[in-house]
Amino acid sequence: MDKQNDYPLKKIMMICSKGTLEDVYAALVMGNGAVMEGIETKMFFTFFGLDAITKKTMNHLHTATVGNPAMRMPGGLPFPTLLGVLPGVEAGVSKMMKAGMEKLDIPPVEEFLELIEAGGGEIYACKLAADMFKLKKEDFHKTVKDIITVGDLYAMCGGLGTQIVFT
Amino acid sequence: MKHFNINHLKIYNMATRTIAGVNVDVNEEGYLTDASQWTKEMAREIAKEEGIELTGKHMEVIDYIRTKVLSGEGLTIRGIGKSGVVDAKTFYQLFPGAPLKKATKISGVPKPVSCI
Repeated sequence: MDKQNDYPLKKIMMICSKGTLEDVYAALVMGNGAVMEGIETKMFFTFFGLDAITKKTMNHLHTATVGNPAMRMPGGLPFPTLLGVLPGVEAGVSKMMKAGMEKLDIPPVEEFLELIEAGGGEIYACKLAADMFKLKKEDFHKTVKDIITVGDLYAMCGGLGTQIVFT
Repeated sequence: MKHFNINHLKIYNMATRTIAGVNVDVNEEGYLTDASQWTKEMAREIAKEEGIELTGKHMEVIDYIRTKVLSGEGLTIRGIGKSGVVDAKTFYQLFPGAPLKKATKISGVPKPVSCI
Protein backbone atom coordinates (compact mmCIF):
# COMPACT_ATOMS: atom_id res chain seq x y z
CA MET A 1 0.00 0.00 0.00
CA ASP A 2 1.04 3.57 -0.71
CA LYS A 3 2.74 4.66 2.51
CA GLN A 4 1.25 8.13 2.43
CA ASN A 5 -2.31 6.82 2.41
CA ASP A 6 -1.60 4.10 4.94
CA TYR A 7 -3.56 4.77 8.10
CA PRO A 8 -3.46 2.53 11.18
CA LEU A 9 -6.61 0.95 12.58
CA LYS A 10 -7.86 3.18 15.41
CA LYS A 11 -11.26 1.81 16.31
CA ILE A 12 -13.12 -1.42 15.73
CA MET A 13 -16.75 -2.40 16.12
CA MET A 14 -17.15 -6.19 16.40
CA ILE A 15 -20.66 -7.40 15.72
CA CYS A 16 -21.43 -10.90 17.00
CA SER A 17 -24.69 -12.28 15.61
CA LYS A 18 -24.30 -16.01 16.28
CA GLY A 19 -24.44 -18.01 19.47
CA THR A 20 -22.31 -21.08 18.81
CA LEU A 21 -19.17 -21.53 20.84
CA GLU A 22 -16.85 -20.96 17.86
CA ASP A 23 -18.66 -17.91 16.52
CA VAL A 24 -18.71 -16.24 19.92
CA TYR A 25 -15.04 -17.00 20.50
CA ALA A 26 -14.11 -15.65 17.08
CA ALA A 27 -15.65 -12.31 18.07
CA LEU A 28 -14.15 -12.38 21.57
CA VAL A 29 -10.63 -13.22 20.41
CA MET A 30 -10.74 -10.52 17.73
CA GLY A 31 -12.21 -7.96 20.12
CA ASN A 32 -9.82 -8.75 22.95
CA GLY A 33 -6.92 -8.80 20.50
CA ALA A 34 -7.83 -5.27 19.44
CA VAL A 35 -7.97 -4.12 23.07
CA MET A 36 -4.52 -5.65 23.62
CA GLU A 37 -3.14 -3.64 20.69
CA GLY A 38 -4.49 -0.39 22.10
CA ILE A 39 -7.25 -0.14 19.47
CA GLU A 40 -10.51 1.41 20.69
CA THR A 41 -12.88 -1.56 20.81
CA LYS A 42 -16.64 -1.82 20.91
CA MET A 43 -18.60 -5.07 20.75
CA PHE A 44 -22.23 -5.36 19.70
CA PHE A 45 -24.11 -8.61 20.36
CA THR A 46 -27.26 -9.29 18.39
CA PHE A 47 -29.69 -12.13 17.67
CA PHE A 48 -28.28 -15.46 18.87
CA GLY A 49 -25.06 -13.68 19.74
CA LEU A 50 -26.97 -12.36 22.77
CA ASP A 51 -26.48 -15.81 24.32
CA ALA A 52 -22.84 -14.83 24.90
CA ILE A 53 -23.78 -11.95 27.20
CA THR A 54 -26.94 -13.37 28.78
CA LYS A 55 -26.21 -14.58 32.31
CA LYS A 56 -28.34 -17.73 31.91
CA THR A 57 -26.68 -18.94 28.70
CA MET A 58 -23.18 -17.43 28.49
CA ASN A 59 -21.40 -20.29 30.22
CA HIS A 60 -23.26 -23.02 28.33
CA LEU A 61 -22.49 -22.26 24.68
CA HIS A 62 -22.26 -25.24 22.35
CA THR A 63 -20.65 -26.04 19.07
CA ALA A 64 -22.96 -27.66 16.49
CA THR A 65 -22.35 -31.37 15.92
CA VAL A 66 -25.08 -31.54 13.25
CA GLY A 67 -24.77 -29.71 9.95
CA ASN A 68 -21.15 -28.86 10.65
CA PRO A 69 -18.99 -30.36 7.86
CA ALA A 70 -15.77 -29.22 9.52
CA MET A 71 -16.52 -31.39 12.57
CA ARG A 72 -13.93 -34.17 13.10
CA MET A 73 -13.46 -37.06 15.49
CA PRO A 74 -10.50 -36.64 17.88
CA GLY A 75 -8.34 -38.75 15.52
CA GLY A 76 -9.20 -36.57 12.51
CA LEU A 77 -11.79 -38.87 10.90
CA PRO A 78 -15.04 -37.26 9.70
CA PHE A 79 -17.69 -36.90 12.38
CA PRO A 80 -20.88 -38.74 11.30
CA THR A 81 -23.85 -36.35 11.39
CA LEU A 82 -26.07 -39.13 12.76
CA LEU A 83 -23.78 -39.39 15.78
CA GLY A 84 -24.25 -35.70 16.41
CA VAL A 85 -27.98 -36.08 17.00
CA LEU A 86 -27.55 -38.47 19.94
CA PRO A 87 -28.37 -36.97 23.35
CA GLY A 88 -25.31 -35.68 25.13
CA VAL A 89 -22.97 -35.79 22.14
CA GLU A 90 -23.12 -32.06 21.45
CA ALA A 91 -22.58 -31.30 25.14
CA GLY A 92 -19.64 -33.72 25.25
CA VAL A 93 -18.00 -32.27 22.16
CA SER A 94 -18.49 -28.72 23.49
CA LYS A 95 -16.95 -29.74 26.79
CA MET A 96 -13.91 -31.16 24.99
CA MET A 97 -13.50 -27.98 23.01
CA LYS A 98 -13.70 -25.87 26.17
CA ALA A 99 -11.08 -28.04 27.86
CA GLY A 100 -8.83 -27.64 24.84
CA MET A 101 -9.22 -23.87 24.96
CA GLU A 102 -8.47 -23.71 28.67
CA LYS A 103 -5.18 -25.47 27.96
CA LEU A 104 -4.24 -22.61 25.61
CA ASP A 105 -5.14 -20.10 28.34
CA ILE A 106 -8.27 -18.99 26.43
CA PRO A 107 -10.64 -17.81 29.16
CA PRO A 108 -14.30 -18.82 29.58
CA VAL A 109 -16.81 -16.38 28.00
CA GLU A 110 -17.57 -14.51 31.22
CA GLU A 111 -13.90 -13.97 32.05
CA PHE A 112 -13.15 -12.98 28.46
CA LEU A 113 -15.80 -10.23 28.61
CA GLU A 114 -14.30 -9.03 31.90
CA LEU A 115 -10.83 -8.91 30.33
CA ILE A 116 -12.15 -6.85 27.41
CA GLU A 117 -13.86 -4.47 29.83
CA ALA A 118 -10.71 -4.24 31.99
CA GLY A 119 -8.79 -3.04 28.94
CA GLY A 120 -11.35 -0.34 28.16
CA GLY A 121 -13.43 -2.26 25.58
CA GLU A 122 -17.17 -1.60 25.58
CA ILE A 123 -19.88 -4.23 25.30
CA TYR A 124 -23.38 -3.56 24.01
CA ALA A 125 -26.57 -5.53 23.41
CA CYS A 126 -28.83 -4.99 20.41
CA LYS A 127 -32.19 -3.45 21.36
CA LEU A 128 -34.21 -5.13 18.63
CA ALA A 129 -32.88 -8.59 19.46
CA ALA A 130 -33.26 -7.99 23.21
CA ASP A 131 -36.92 -7.03 22.63
CA MET A 132 -37.42 -10.09 20.45
CA PHE A 133 -35.99 -12.47 23.05
CA LYS A 134 -37.64 -10.49 25.89
CA LEU A 135 -34.35 -9.75 27.59
CA LYS A 136 -33.77 -6.78 29.91
CA LYS A 137 -30.59 -5.09 31.15
CA GLU A 138 -30.66 -7.23 34.31
CA ASP A 139 -30.64 -10.43 32.24
CA PHE A 140 -27.29 -9.45 30.78
CA HIS A 141 -23.83 -9.84 32.27
CA LYS A 142 -22.51 -6.92 34.31
CA THR A 143 -19.98 -6.02 31.61
CA VAL A 144 -22.80 -5.05 29.22
CA LYS A 145 -22.74 -1.26 29.17
CA ASP A 146 -26.04 -0.61 27.50
CA ILE A 147 -28.79 -1.85 25.19
CA ILE A 148 -28.53 0.20 22.00
CA THR A 149 -30.17 0.63 18.61
CA VAL A 150 -28.52 0.20 15.23
CA GLY A 151 -28.50 4.00 14.94
CA ASP A 152 -26.58 4.28 18.22
CA LEU A 153 -24.11 1.71 16.90
CA TYR A 154 -23.40 3.67 13.72
CA ALA A 155 -23.08 6.88 15.72
CA MET A 156 -20.21 5.21 17.62
CA CYS A 157 -18.42 4.22 14.42
CA GLY A 158 -17.33 7.63 13.24
CA GLY A 159 -13.75 8.71 12.73
CA LEU A 160 -10.85 7.94 10.43
CA GLY A 161 -9.43 4.44 10.92
CA THR A 162 -12.66 2.79 12.09
CA GLN A 163 -13.72 -0.66 10.90
CA ILE A 164 -16.89 -2.66 11.45
CA VAL A 165 -16.49 -6.45 11.55
CA PHE A 166 -19.57 -8.65 11.36
CA THR A 167 -19.38 -12.23 12.54
CA MET B 1 10.55 -31.41 5.27
CA LYS B 2 10.65 -32.61 8.83
CA HIS B 3 13.47 -30.33 9.89
CA PHE B 4 12.36 -27.33 7.92
CA ASN B 5 11.71 -24.27 10.06
CA ILE B 6 10.53 -21.04 8.45
CA ASN B 7 12.20 -19.02 11.22
CA HIS B 8 15.59 -20.04 9.91
CA LEU B 9 14.87 -18.09 6.75
CA LYS B 10 13.99 -14.87 8.53
CA ILE B 11 16.53 -12.13 8.32
CA TYR B 12 16.69 -10.30 11.59
CA ASN B 13 17.67 -6.69 11.47
CA MET B 14 19.78 -6.68 14.55
CA ALA B 15 21.22 -3.42 15.69
CA THR B 16 23.14 -2.03 18.59
CA ARG B 17 22.00 0.96 20.53
CA THR B 18 22.96 2.72 23.70
CA ILE B 19 20.43 2.61 26.50
CA ALA B 20 21.26 4.19 29.85
CA GLY B 21 24.89 4.48 28.74
CA VAL B 22 25.29 0.80 27.85
CA ASN B 23 25.57 -0.72 24.37
CA VAL B 24 22.96 -3.43 23.89
CA ASP B 25 21.63 -5.55 21.01
CA VAL B 26 18.10 -4.78 19.91
CA ASN B 27 15.85 -6.07 17.13
CA GLU B 28 14.10 -3.94 14.50
CA GLU B 29 11.30 -3.09 16.94
CA GLY B 30 13.64 -2.04 19.71
CA TYR B 31 13.30 -5.17 21.87
CA LEU B 32 16.47 -6.34 23.59
CA THR B 33 17.65 -9.56 21.98
CA ASP B 34 19.64 -10.62 25.05
CA ALA B 35 17.59 -10.36 28.22
CA SER B 36 20.71 -10.66 30.36
CA GLN B 37 21.93 -7.25 29.17
CA TRP B 38 18.93 -5.59 30.81
CA THR B 39 19.20 -3.30 33.83
CA LYS B 40 16.65 -1.32 35.81
CA GLU B 41 18.14 1.91 34.47
CA MET B 42 17.47 0.70 30.93
CA ALA B 43 13.89 -0.10 31.92
CA ARG B 44 13.47 3.48 33.10
CA GLU B 45 14.83 4.86 29.84
CA ILE B 46 12.79 2.58 27.55
CA ALA B 47 9.68 3.36 29.61
CA LYS B 48 10.28 7.08 29.21
CA GLU B 49 10.41 6.59 25.43
CA GLU B 50 7.02 4.89 25.72
CA GLY B 51 5.72 7.79 27.79
CA ILE B 52 5.72 5.90 31.08
CA GLU B 53 7.33 7.00 34.35
CA LEU B 54 8.12 3.78 36.23
CA THR B 55 6.79 3.35 39.79
CA GLY B 56 7.29 0.58 42.33
CA LYS B 57 4.17 -1.15 41.01
CA HIS B 58 5.59 -1.12 37.49
CA MET B 59 8.79 -2.70 38.80
CA GLU B 60 6.82 -5.48 40.53
CA VAL B 61 5.13 -6.28 37.21
CA ILE B 62 8.46 -6.15 35.35
CA ASP B 63 10.01 -8.55 37.89
CA TYR B 64 7.08 -10.92 37.39
CA ILE B 65 7.35 -10.75 33.60
CA ARG B 66 11.10 -11.37 33.62
CA THR B 67 10.80 -14.29 36.01
CA LYS B 68 8.04 -15.85 33.89
CA VAL B 69 9.75 -15.37 30.54
CA LEU B 70 13.24 -16.34 31.69
CA SER B 71 11.82 -19.58 33.10
CA GLY B 72 10.49 -20.32 29.62
CA GLU B 73 6.80 -19.71 30.25
CA GLY B 74 4.41 -17.85 27.96
CA LEU B 75 2.81 -14.55 28.84
CA THR B 76 -0.84 -13.59 28.54
CA ILE B 77 -2.75 -10.65 29.96
CA ARG B 78 -5.04 -13.19 31.60
CA GLY B 79 -2.07 -14.81 33.32
CA ILE B 80 -0.69 -11.49 34.50
CA GLY B 81 -4.16 -10.54 35.76
CA LYS B 82 -4.24 -13.73 37.84
CA SER B 83 -0.65 -13.48 39.06
CA GLY B 84 -1.58 -11.73 42.29
CA VAL B 85 0.90 -8.96 41.38
CA VAL B 86 -1.61 -6.85 39.51
CA ASP B 87 -5.14 -7.27 38.11
CA ALA B 88 -5.85 -6.95 34.38
CA LYS B 89 -7.39 -3.49 34.71
CA THR B 90 -4.43 -2.09 36.63
CA PHE B 91 -2.05 -3.71 34.15
CA TYR B 92 -3.79 -1.83 31.33
CA GLN B 93 -3.54 1.38 33.35
CA LEU B 94 0.14 0.92 34.18
CA PHE B 95 1.12 0.32 30.55
CA PRO B 96 -1.56 2.17 28.55
CA GLY B 97 -2.13 1.39 24.89
CA ALA B 98 -0.70 -2.02 24.16
CA PRO B 99 0.29 -3.23 27.66
CA LEU B 100 1.81 -6.61 26.85
CA LYS B 101 3.98 -5.22 24.06
CA LYS B 102 5.12 -2.21 26.10
CA ALA B 103 5.70 -4.11 29.33
CA THR B 104 7.82 -6.76 27.64
CA LYS B 105 9.84 -4.15 25.79
CA ILE B 106 10.54 -2.34 29.07
CA SER B 107 11.32 -5.67 30.76
CA GLY B 108 13.99 -6.48 28.17
CA VAL B 109 12.34 -9.72 27.02
CA PRO B 110 11.01 -10.70 23.56
CA LYS B 111 7.62 -9.53 22.35
CA PRO B 112 5.05 -12.25 23.16
CA VAL B 113 3.73 -14.25 20.23
CA SER B 114 0.33 -14.92 21.77
CA CYS B 115 -3.08 -13.90 20.33
CA ILE B 116 -4.72 -13.73 23.74
